Amino acid sequence: MGDEAIAQAGIDAGMSGIYAYPGTPSTEITEYVRVSKEAKEKGVVASWCANEKTAAEAALGMSYAGKRTMTCMKHVGLNVAADVFLNASITGANGGILFVVADDPSMHSSQNEQDSRYYGKFAMIPVLEPSNQQEAYDMVHLGFELSEKYKIPVMLRITTRLAHSRSGVARKQSRKQNQFKLPENLRQFVLLPAIARKQYQGLLNNQPLFQKESEESEYNTYTPGEDKTLGIVACGLAYNYLMENYPDRKVPHPVVKICQYPLPHKHIDKLYEECEKILVLEEGYPIVEEMIKGFMDHGKPVTGRLDGAIPRAGELNPNIVGKALGFPQEKLAEIPSLVASRPPSLCKGCSHIDSFLGLNEALESYGQGRVFSDIGCYTLSALPPYESINTCVDMGASITMAKGAADAGMKPSVAVIGDSTFTHSGITGLLDAVNEKTNITVFILDNSTTGMTGGQPSSAYGKIEDICRGIGVEEEHIRVLKPLRKHHEENTRIMKEELEYDGVSVIIPRRECIQTLNKRMRQKFKEKEKAKAANKNA
Amino acid sequence: MKKDIILAGVGGQGILSIAATIGYAAVELGLYLKQAEVHGMSQRGGDVQSHLRLSSNEIASDLIPRGKADMIISVEPMESLRYLPYLGKEGWLITNTKPFINIPNYPDQEKVMQEIESQPRYVALDAEALADEAGSKKSANMVILGAASPFLDMDFEKLENAIRFIFGKKGEELVDINLKALRSGRKFAQENK
Ligand SMILES: Cc1ncc(C[n+]2csc(CCOP(=O)(O)OP(=O)(O)O)c2C)c(N)n1
Ligand code: SF4
Repeated sequence: MGDEAIAQAGIDAGMSGIYAYPGTPSTEITEYVRVSKEAKEKGVVASWCANEKTAAEAALGMSYAGKRTMTCMKHVGLNVAADVFLNASITGANGGILFVVADDPSMHSSQNEQDSRYYGKFAMIPVLEPSNQQEAYDMVHLGFELSEKYKIPVMLRITTRLAHSRSGVARKQSRKQNQFKLPENLRQFVLLPAIARKQYQGLLNNQPLFQKESEESEYNTYTPGEDKTLGIVACGLAYNYLMENYPDRKVPHPVVKICQYPLPHKHIDKLYEECEKILVLEEGYPIVEEMIKGFMDHGKPVTGRLDGAIPRAGELNPNIVGKALGFPQEKLAEIPSLVASRPPSLCKGCSHIDSFLGLNEALESYGQGRVFSDIGCYTLSALPPYESINTCVDMGASITMAKGAADAGMKPSVAVIGDSTFTHSGITGLLDAVNEKTNITVFILDNSTTGMTGGQPSSAYGKIEDICRGIGVEEEHIRVLKPLRKHHEENTRIMKEELEYDGVSVIIPRRECIQTLNKRMRQKFKEKEKAKAANKNA
Repeated sequence: MKKDIILAGVGGQGILSIAATIGYAAVELGLYLKQAEVHGMSQRGGDVQSHLRLSSNEIASDLIPRGKADMIISVEPMESLRYLPYLGKEGWLITNTKPFINIPNYPDQEKVMQEIESQPRYVALDAEALADEAGSKKSANMVILGAASPFLDMDFEKLENAIRFIFGKKGEELVDINLKALRSGRKFAQENK
């Protein structure tokens, strides 16, 4: 898997630590390092952190101390870590640091399909975009090299298709980890205006060098072609879809393949000079297309997502690219009309089901439209048969939006948030509400795990009541429930009581996720069997 | 040699074990392999698919182009139909007939079967029943793989070895059940294709 190639590459390239918060499609990178024997032997730190910002900052700290490190997140995770990301481009690095960011075009498991290359351009740092698993592996090595050569963070941008697709990868020789070493200039990381200005100038001065790296990179190639009526720019994965359309892998047109940014001027200039028209193929937003086209759009025709040659939204595939290349598309079989859609749903026996059945009943007399939710398995309660929640925006937005609505006079105003999401970005919002004694009812659905992404440990584990008390929620309004069918009446009564209360109340329905429970049971069973077998042999 | 296979089913039905088994055999045979999986949201009981590509030449795209798949292997009948736009003109549809009903608007089962039977090349079998005979309903996915095996252009032995390797860690008994399941699926396909 692309994710696993990146993880193994990190281990092989002498990375000392990886810090992350889970998020599809980036989760498997950190998971791989956490279970890797080799990583353990080499003492690689592999941490699930409270959120992407804390993860990225820990990574920057490791870089400060001279060691190589990686921080991984899904695209929206970079929004959370944007503050440290952009400022880290000013401080620069000491030990090599990679921001691995996984975009999700077509929104297979996400709220949006934002393109992280914009962030890379924003921060003015090199961005690497591998087109296959082997390049993903190799580019981790390249990323660390660039990062240490220019003392700058580097972004590795992947998309879902590469993250979750398998293929063989050849490994490189292992590098040793760096020794602990402080930055040569101990003020490098102190972004007081006077220092920051200097550091920023350094970043600006490096731009031509990053450009040169791109132009000389083995991953940015110019391949000549006879037919110059069209020149093709193919970025990252899009290159594969281009090649798929030519079974002999010979494209008649000149092609520029781009896997390293900033955009290599030299290659694109040449293509533009030679060809009558440029087609840009890129996974994500039309960032390269916009750059080549320019605002005034006076030059040769540039075509792609902006003029509809390729759909403006969604993931690319070989057929979309084939059509843009002008290949006749065969008429395809249709999906029979009887095929019904099968949306994901909460697992049988999931504790969230009981929580929402209770909440629905408790809210019956108030009518619909009062529940601000967050992101996690419980977001699936938006679908029938529950239809319990009314929002899902970004992690942590349940409590804060409920506060705003309560301030606007909505009563009751309910927030629903998972345990992992609560420690990711719910605590500060709850503090706002407590400080102003806002009239909201917060449900912290504690299934003791990060369920949606496959059951990673939750930073909130065993701490939720203490956190609530600590920021000032009144003891009598912290109510812990056991979400089980047999407690339905009792639970609903408690929910109703707290909905009536004028102030902040927190309800904590607590029962472990069925999936992690089953996993634990299987593990236990296996260990028992093993012990039994060992006893027999003894 | 080139085989482009769409694997289809519902989250949790074990299509990734089918992919892993074919994949292991392919690597043994020295073939190139690419396999795109679905993780995350849709694993929770939603529809899932995987694109599995094998070839003696290097493979470009992780995704199979529409209209080019050699085979759809599905562990659920309605799901097998969802991917028809991918199936090539000479392609085979291999599917379980036992529905997995977790939605209120699941279509009439007879109509689903009519659609499957209107395909020019198909094998449809009750994998769960055959798996039960082999020793565990859970090995239905291996019955389906067995039913697909005559069209894979791969030594059957290689698939058997793959099962031995993949399930070996979990005990001899499971290996035997899965091998039995695989063989019963293959037998059905050979008799009914
Ligand atoms: C900023 C950001 N990071 C990560 C994710 C991916 N993500 C969505 S839900 C979720 C976990 C939620 O866990 P929890 O709140 O405990 O709810 P559960 O799924 O266990 O019900 C994660 C990591 C995201 N959508 N946004
Ligand atoms: S994975 Fe866990 S939390 Fe998510 S739906 Fe299933 S049981 Fe519920």
